[in-house]
Order: sequence, then structure tokens, then C-alpha cells
Amino acid sequence: MANSTKPEKNRWAAGVTPYAEMGYWQPDYVPKETDILCAFRIVPQEGVDPIEAAAAVAGESSTATWTVVWTDRLTAHEHYQAKAYQVVPVPGTDQFIAYIAYDIDLFEEGSIANLTSSIIGNVFSFKALKSLRLEDMRIPLHYVKTFQGPAHGIVMEREYLDKYGRPLLGATTKPKLGLSARNYGRVVYEALSGGLDFTKDDENINSQPFMRWRDRFLYVMEGVNKAMAATGEIKGHYLNVTAATMEDMYERAEFAKSLGSVVVMIDLTIGYTAIQSMANWARKNGVILHLHRAGHGTYTRQKTHGVSFRVISKWMRLAGVDHIHAGTVVGKLEGDPNMIHGYYDTLRLSHIPLNPLNGIYFDQDWGSMPSLMPVASGGIHAGQMHLLLHHLGEDVILQFGGGTIGHPLGIASGATANRVALEAMILARNEGRDYVNEGPDILEAAAKWSPALRAALETWKDVTFNFASTDTPDVLATPSL
Amino acid sequence: MPPLTDEQIKRQIQYALDNDWPLSVEYTDDPHPRNTYWHMWGLPMFDQKDPAAVFYELEQCKKAFPYHYIRLNAYDRRLGRQTLALSFIVQRPGNDPGFRLLRQESPDRQIHYTIESYASMRPEGERFTE
Repeated sequence: MANSTKPEKNRWAAGVTPYAEMGYWQPDYVPKETDILCAFRIVPQEGVDPIEAAAAVAGESSTATWTVVWTDRLTAHEHYQAKAYQVVPVPGTDQFIAYIAYDIDLFEEGSIANLTSSIIGNVFSFKALKSLRLEDMRIPLHYVKTFQGPAHGIVMEREYLDKYGRPLLGATTKPKLGLSARNYGRVVYEALSGGLDFTKDDENINSQPFMRWRDRFLYVMEGVNKAMAATGEIKGHYLNVTAATMEDMYERAEFAKSLGSVVVMIDLTIGYTAIQSMANWARKNGVILHLHRAGHGTYTRQKTHGVSFRVISKWMRLAGVDHIHAGTVVGKLEGDPNMIHGYYDTLRLSHIPLNPLNGIYFDQDWGSMPSLMPVASGGIHAGQMHLLLHHLGEDVILQFGGGTIGHPLGIASGATANRVALEAMILARNEGRDYVNEGPDILEAAAKWSPALRAALETWKDVTFNFASTDTPDVLATPSL
Repeated sequence: MPPLTDEQIKRQIQYALDNDWPLSVEYTDDPHPRNTYWHMWGLPMFDQKDPAAVFYELEQCKKAFPYHYIRLNAYDRRLGRQTLALSFIVQRPGNDPGFRLLRQESPDRQIHYTIESYASMRPEGERFTE
């Protein structure tokens, strides 16, 4: 792709100079190890040179405005300018991947709000682009170290709960809305005493007329503690403290703590700053922090515009939550298997190598920042246990809402079915069996001991959600399963 | 699920050793979900690669404490983990009466909960019998 060839205008003459000629396009630039790197998927308007479009993205997300300003000359502007250094066409489309480097000095330490105000600020409304998507970011370890990170992380959470070597099991209380506090706590007690580790408020359960938050907390904790006494295991319920103001959220979180809850929950809708504040609170108070990604689909799902969920995953690891919903592969919600493997890697590994197949555009080094627990939720059931374990691994919370509460023999049986299915599959995997292919047989054998599992397998045996994903990697491998 | 058979336990030991996770045996008669520190049956078997030898230690512990809880732990010392990779109970007393839930009522409808093992009210060593 050639640079613009029109006669040179003086860089500093008043008026409009192409972004590419103002220093925002530097094809020879070698990114520094401290730079923040971004991969944007850009679709330029008809007639707009993709290099100029990439330079415009770099400009508008760093120092530039639409016209030359003399006050740039009061600064070491070369340092502060973001640099587009590579533009790669996506074959068979009108899309390009633009790689842009930002100096670390552009960003306030430890602030997701500041990072995102630059990188996904004005630039996403820029008229010269049809659409724009932030695909991935390389966050240098130097910047990573300025964040708290997960309040506890996977290792501390497992030690705190005393549960090792298997995924954790959860369920979201249903119906989502309308239960009174007393009825709500019943669902919690049944599910936990039946064998789940966690139950959960839904994202839109806050403090409505049918159930105020304080009443919910009180009845839920009766259910949680009664289930602990019945089973001798640590149990928890994600008490959703999402509210209109920070003051309200702190009040609810403090109350949850005073009742002995091991975990509280927030929604992504509260905003990055509130999430960071709650993460600080969670570490200070020894309470696990669960994040429900409410609203993310509005900007993560479409392939050509928005922000990829792998980027949201990175921001949330920095922001400091302990749990985040990250897809199921096999359930009812959007999720290409390779993309989900990419999100899970981003959340759980210390070092994630570049991997175009999983949508990973850069090496990412987290140093010793704790990993966080991905949560698989939405349309999953016991009959899929072998596939869930295969795709999602061991450090994950498998969250069966309908798949627990909708069980024909009752909620406790639904929970037992999931626990038996999980333990049978872990046992088989550890014994070296080909559990993915033998999965249905392993579940059938376990069901001989468990009427609850037998009923679950019969109820949901034909339930699958086979729809094409909208967000898929550009690179495809030959399918293996 | 029925209790693990000896063969099943041996296969789990093999799995841990295949992953380079040393095993350890621990026992207690103080059942409580917050009882982290069970008695150690010797040190973790860092250098023991023979599953039969690990199983032998487990059998010895069972002989010495036939009515205690006994668990097998596998430890992962890798950077970023440095915690248990696997932990499962291989022996339980036949007559554990379970837990009592104590509710301490406070103002504003708050209840402070604690759970207490019925068995632990007796002195250590006298809690579980045949």
C-alpha cells in the first residue's frame, strides 16, 4: 500500500494535513517493549486510503485533532503521538487490521477509565471509517504492574473454598425476577444442599419492589448456612450488590460481609471505575468478587464494530475481579469455540502466546498477576459434561441455572445430577479414559447410581444450540471434533 | 457415587504422578469445612514415583486410624499454582453425626451463623469408633 503522493504541505502550515503525514503512520517503527499495542479492525469509507484511515485512528486516539495546531510544537509530540505501524488487508473483505503503538506515558497508571477513554474514545465515531473494532491489546508488563489485579485469583479462591481438582458448580436463581425473599432463599438452599458450590443472583436482581436487597441477603444467607451444615462444605451465593451509586454498593457489600458471605457480585454495567473500586474493597475485605458481563453483547458481538471480548477480559483482569462470565461453547449464548479458548487463555494463563486461530493478536505477559475464574453460563446441562470439561478445563465455574432448577425431580436433584456427572467425568479423565468420545457412556454408567442424573439425561438429551457464531477468527483450522 | 475402590484410588495416584504432583496422606477426626490443617502422615512424598509405595502409605495410615477421615492430596509446585492440584477423601468414619447450625439472633433481623461438628465435642481421638 503506497503512501499518499500529493505534493508535500509543510507539516506545520495551518489547515488540514493528512494524519499519515503528521507522524501517525510510521511503517518502520519498531514497538518498544513498554508500548501498549492495539490491533484494530477497520473498514474505511469508500475512497479512503486504509493507511490514512489507520493513521487517523492512531491520531484521534492519541494527540491529534482534525487540523494542525501550533501548540503541538510546545511538546515532544513525537513521543506522545500514537504510531500506526502496520496495515494488513483481511482477504475477501473490505476490512483491514491496523496495528498501532501507544507510548506508556499516554496513560494514567492503574486506570481502566483513562486507558479506555483514549483507546475507545472519540475514535469510534470517526466519520472516515465505516466501522472500527478493537480486536486485541498487548498490555506491557510495566503497565500491568500498576494495577491491583484480581482481588484473590484462582489459587486463593480454591484455598479459601477448599475445593481442588475439578470445576466448581453453580446455578443462577430462576425465575430471574418476581420471587419473594423467602422463596428465593428456598432455591438457594435446595441447590446448595444438593451439591452445588455456588448459587447466584441474576444480573438484574438488585432491589426491586418484589424483593428488596436486604431481605434477599438475609434469606439467602439462611439457605447458604443451612446447606453448609447439611454438607460440611463451604458454600456461597453471589449476592449482587449492583446499585445506582457507589455509596449504595458499599453499603450492600458491607452487609453481605457482615452476614458472612464469601462472595459478592457486580454487573459490568456499573462501569470500569466502580469495578476497580469494588475490586479494591473485595481484596481489603476478603470477599470474592463475581462479575456478570451484562451489556457486553452490545459491543462485543459484531465482528466489524465494537470491542472484542478478549479485550474486555484483559481489562477485567487488570480491574481486579475474581470471576467473569466468558462463554460456554456449547450453550445458548454466542461463542465460537476458538474465540472462547482465546478468552479463557487470556483470563487464566500467565503468558499467552500470539495465536491467530484463537483471535490472539499479540503475546501477552501477565507476570505474576493472579488468574481469574471464567464462568460458563447459559443453556448448559449435565449431559454435556464431557464437552464442557474438554473445552473449558478445570479452572472454571460451570453454571447450570435451568439445568438445575428445571430438573423434573426438583432443584436438589438437579444439583445432585450435575455434581455426580462432574465427579464421574473427572474420575474418568484422571484415569486416562478418552472421556470426550466416551462421555455419554461415562454419564450413563454414573446414572446407574444416581436417579437424579438419570432423570437429567433423559430430560435434556436432545438439547443443543447449533447456530453459527457471528464473531469468528479470520484464520480457520481444519475441524478436529 | 459409591466410595472409590482400591483400583480407582491407584489410578488417581498414577494420574497425579504422571503430572509430577507429589502426594501426601493426611488424617483428622475434626470434621469442619474450615479445618485446613489435618494431621500429616509423614512428609509429602516429594521423591516417591511409585504408585504402589504411595498406596502402601495410605494403607498404613488407614491401619493406624481406622475411624478417622483420611485424604490424599497431590501438590503442584509450579509458579503460578503452588497449591493443591487434587485432594480427595479416601476414608470416612461410618458414624459421623454431622453438623449443628447455630443461629445467634441480632438486632435488625440479622443472624450470625456458625456450624459445629457434633463429633468434635468429644476429645480428639475419642470421636469416632467402630
